[in-house]
Amino acid sequence: MYDADKIIPGLIVFLIIVLFPYYYTMGRMVPAPKPIKPTKYKKCVEPLSYMRAAHMDILDAWRDEVVRHEKRVYVSSTGKEWDMSLQNECLRCHDNKAKFCDRCHNYLGVKPYCWDCHFEPNKIKELPHKMMTKETM
Amino acid sequence: MSRVIFPLIVVLVLIAIPILGVKVAGLHLLFGVVIPYVAFAIFILGFIWRVIYWAQSPVPFRIPTTAGQQRSLPWFKQSRWDNPFTTGEVIVRMALEVLCFRSLFRNKRIDFRQLPDGTPILRYSPTKWLWAFALLFHWSFLIILIRHIRLATVPIPGPIEFLDHLDAIFEIGLPQLYLTDLTILAGLLFLLCRRLFIPQLRYISLPADYFPLFLIISIVCSGMLMRYFLRTDIVGVKELVMGLVSFHPHAPVKDIGTIFFVHIFLVSCLFAYFPFSKLMHMGGVFLSPTRNLANNSRYKRHINPWNYPVKTHPYEEYEEEFREFMKQAGIPVEKE
Amino acid sequence: MAAKTPKPQELLQIDHRPPREWWMDRKVVFKPGTWCYAGRPENVKALDLPFPREWSPDEEDWKLPDNWKEIVLETFRDRLHKFRSLKVFMDICVRCGACADKCHYFIGSGDPKNMPVLRAELLRSIYRGEFTKAGQILGRLAGGRKLTYDVIKEWFYYFFQCTECRRCSVFCPYGIDTAEITMIARELLLEIGININWIMGPVANSFRTGNHMGLLPHTFKDNIEFLCEDIYDITGIKIEPTFNRKGAEILFITPSADVFAEPGIYTCMGYLLLFHYLDLDYTWSTYASEGGNFGLFTSHEMMKRLNAKMYAEAKRLGVKWILGGECGHMWRVIHQYMNTLNGPADFLEVPVSPITGTRFEHAKATKMIHILEFISDLIYHDKLNLDPSRNDHLVVTHHDSCNPVRAMGFIQEPRHVIKSVCNNFYEMPENTIYAETFCCGSGAGLNTDEFMEMRMRGGLPRANAVDYVHKKYGVNRMTAICAIDRAVLPTLMNYWVPGVSISGVCELVGNALVMPGEKPRDIDLRQEPLVRPTAEMPSEDESDV
Repeated sequence: MYDADKIIPGLIVFLIIVLFPYYYTMGRMVPAPKPIKPTKYKKCVEPLSYMRAAHMDILDAWRDEVVRHEKRVYVSSTGKEWDMSLQNECLRCHDNKAKFCDRCHNYLGVKPYCWDCHFEPNKIKELPHKMMTKETM
Repeated sequence: MSRVIFPLIVVLVLIAIPILGVKVAGLHLLFGVVIPYVAFAIFILGFIWRVIYWAQSPVPFRIPTTAGQQRSLPWFKQSRWDNPFTTGEVIVRMALEVLCFRSLFRNKRIDFRQLPDGTPILRYSPTKWLWAFALLFHWSFLIILIRHIRLATVPIPGPIEFLDHLDAIFEIGLPQLYLTDLTILAGLLFLLCRRLFIPQLRYISLPADYFPLFLIISIVCSGMLMRYFLRTDIVGVKELVMGLVSFHPHAPVKDIGTIFFVHIFLVSCLFAYFPFSKLMHMGGVFLSPTRNLANNSRYKRHINPWNYPVKTHPYEEYEEEFREFMKQAGIPVEKE
Repeated sequence: MAAKTPKPQELLQIDHRPPREWWMDRKVVFKPGTWCYAGRPENVKALDLPFPREWSPDEEDWKLPDNWKEIVLETFRDRLHKFRSLKVFMDICVRCGACADKCHYFIGSGDPKNMPVLRAELLRSIYRGEFTKAGQILGRLAGGRKLTYDVIKEWFYYFFQCTECRRCSVFCPYGIDTAEITMIARELLLEIGININWIMGPVANSFRTGNHMGLLPHTFKDNIEFLCEDIYDITGIKIEPTFNRKGAEILFITPSADVFAEPGIYTCMGYLLLFHYLDLDYTWSTYASEGGNFGLFTSHEMMKRLNAKMYAEAKRLGVKWILGGECGHMWRVIHQYMNTLNGPADFLEVPVSPITGTRFEHAKATKMIHILEFISDLIYHDKLNLDPSRNDHLVVTHHDSCNPVRAMGFIQEPRHVIKSVCNNFYEMPENTIYAETFCCGSGAGLNTDEFMEMRMRGGLPRANAVDYVHKKYGVNRMTAICAIDRAVLPTLMNYWVPGVSISGVCELVGNALVMPGEKPRDIDLRQEPLVRPTAEMPSEDESDV
């Protein structure tokens, strides 16, 4: 082999780059996050597997319906009616953002902009009184 | 035509394989664990093997292509990046080449026409399309690869998370649209269309030129389908990937979605194909002797390891043959 | 003799669109005017090269050795082993097509196999088909094909339609250099006795007599003395150069065409005047009497065999350093190969100008500098009494020769000198000069008459750029620092741009240099009056087209 003094370091740099996830993880078993599920309620608006993969679609659709068309009732695939509201409906059961929403979102590096406008349930009482309008409730 | 159809069929077959394998045969472990492992190993080892194969041959002569003024006398301004003299200048030249595609930036289109009286006119005008779309494609691909690291690390390193958010900066739709998904597609379609529709390009193109394009387009499309349309259990995906990178592989969760297996199988094919294809230009560009050498061969002797003695015509033989002529002409000779 | 060259208007029927039939399906047609005659057996034999014989490319049977295929494949393997460049260039081309319209032969002929990418694919397809698993199994689907007799003929045709000018390499994103590929392809062909006489002849001459022209020592000396007589007639200055003189400070080597043939001889007169003016302690050599090196166009080994004379002679004569004349491929060999092949030259000293004291540090290993580096230094230090108005009858443009520019970076040196010795200088359009300069169309040993059609086609881009400045500024003289240029560009100009003559830079220096004790100068070194022609540009003799 010729020019090993340049080519071997080059290959090492290549390995350092492409093997990054391997040595970064160092063989650590990282279990998938287990979001805590609501204890009081058994059923979500749609089946669990659908919710897991596509909850953002529902939230996105709800927002548009409410904000643009003032429609507030969602009829699920089973025919049940739900209030189209993140805070009043979803967070009613999923009342712990940190242990439900954030666990998976952080695991995947997703930062949804829900919380640009909405508040976490347990943070609401910390807000100044005058900001507590009906909308934020 | 078969030069286009054949690679297209191959890619379609490659798409069908995981669909059948997972949906019909239920080979989740094979497609989710075994094939990705094998493919990645082929990529790493194949890449190293190919570079070492190149390195086993020496660079006998210093043959940089000099695209600017040499360093000679102090009153001439040397083109340092186009005609490097020092190692530092070579590094800059290589960096400009690898990161900015400097040589491609020089591209000119030729315009040949004849005036009514028959006078030929040849003009050259800069054309940046190939450069722009090649750059778009390569940089998009790089950013896409880097942001995929979010699925292979816990916790996700800050810079990678930052890049991921930067890529989705316009916050369009949910999940948010990655800009690189659009730009890589634009780059790929441009590169494909010029091959298909420019007669000279079509003429020089081989199946090996269409295949990676079709393959990468399929990879991008399957990825976009998965993210924007068909949805997959992304937590399940990351769980699978983390199993792979931590060497604790386990079978993927069942409802992860077939589209994911299509995506990862196509990526595996690309990785396994890489070291044996023209895609090795990624490593080869660093080893190109016309670009990675300093133009200083009159300043510093370059050594050829296989330089061997050759049969020459020494002066003694020359004088022997022509001595009388030389003497008559008054040219000094060694032996009277 | 040579085929009749088509008229410019016939030749201009160029279609750059590729034919319907794919390139692997097309067989070469040996049309007169587009290929060079085979090497004469006596020349091949004189060099101990393989398979000397009578043969001709346009015949069906090339009289190849029975095991030609094994020899080619074996040599190919050997070269892959010896040249990383070849391996990398075989593997990494992505066929982006950036090089396609950069080749002067493609521009002038429209033949798709003259696109650099396809020229290289001629070799690559065999590399894949014979040496890689995928190519062996999948054949064409993997871009591979088998080595056949027809492939050999195709190689001959197209690798002797490449002038190794390296223009494509400037534009390639990986720097793939077709010159390197052509050089090695020619080596493969050489091993089975395929070569051309226009290269074999000069090489055999150069090996035996020291120069391409085959000038014997006394003739070489006589020729230079004739030039001195002309100089005496023109300037009244008597010059007595020395030959093979031991103990001289400098050995001067230039292409033998400068000593022998028009218009190079005027350049040579420029050298002689300058050296006399400086009273330089230098000598000519009849043994190392060739700057050029057609070995470069034959094989790396042949390049070394011919080049060895320079250092050997410098050592024998005990000079301090070597000065080289104006030549293109000569300077590629000196700059990029000589010291590697035949060095180290530790018996020489770092070149120092005896007039200015400048140490040419950038040449401290090879110990050879270019005459224009030397002159530029003199001009910079104001050591020359120059009268540029003596070139006022000339409107000058400069042709950057391929090798000095793209294998060295020799761009500003000639311009500094030209602008100091003449008042009317105009550049050709920017995409045709500097690193993007176009070849004369006849380099790399293809400057022969039987190749005239391709030469005129390949020279079209250069000629067209000259035509532009000729019409716009009335340019009537193009300088070129290359002996092949000086030999072939007059023909090219006659064909495409009548009214433009060719010279080396040192001819203009010779015109402008005010020699102490000279008689009043009313004619230039060509013995033409020093007044600018006002009427129609003179049309020159067109007989050799």
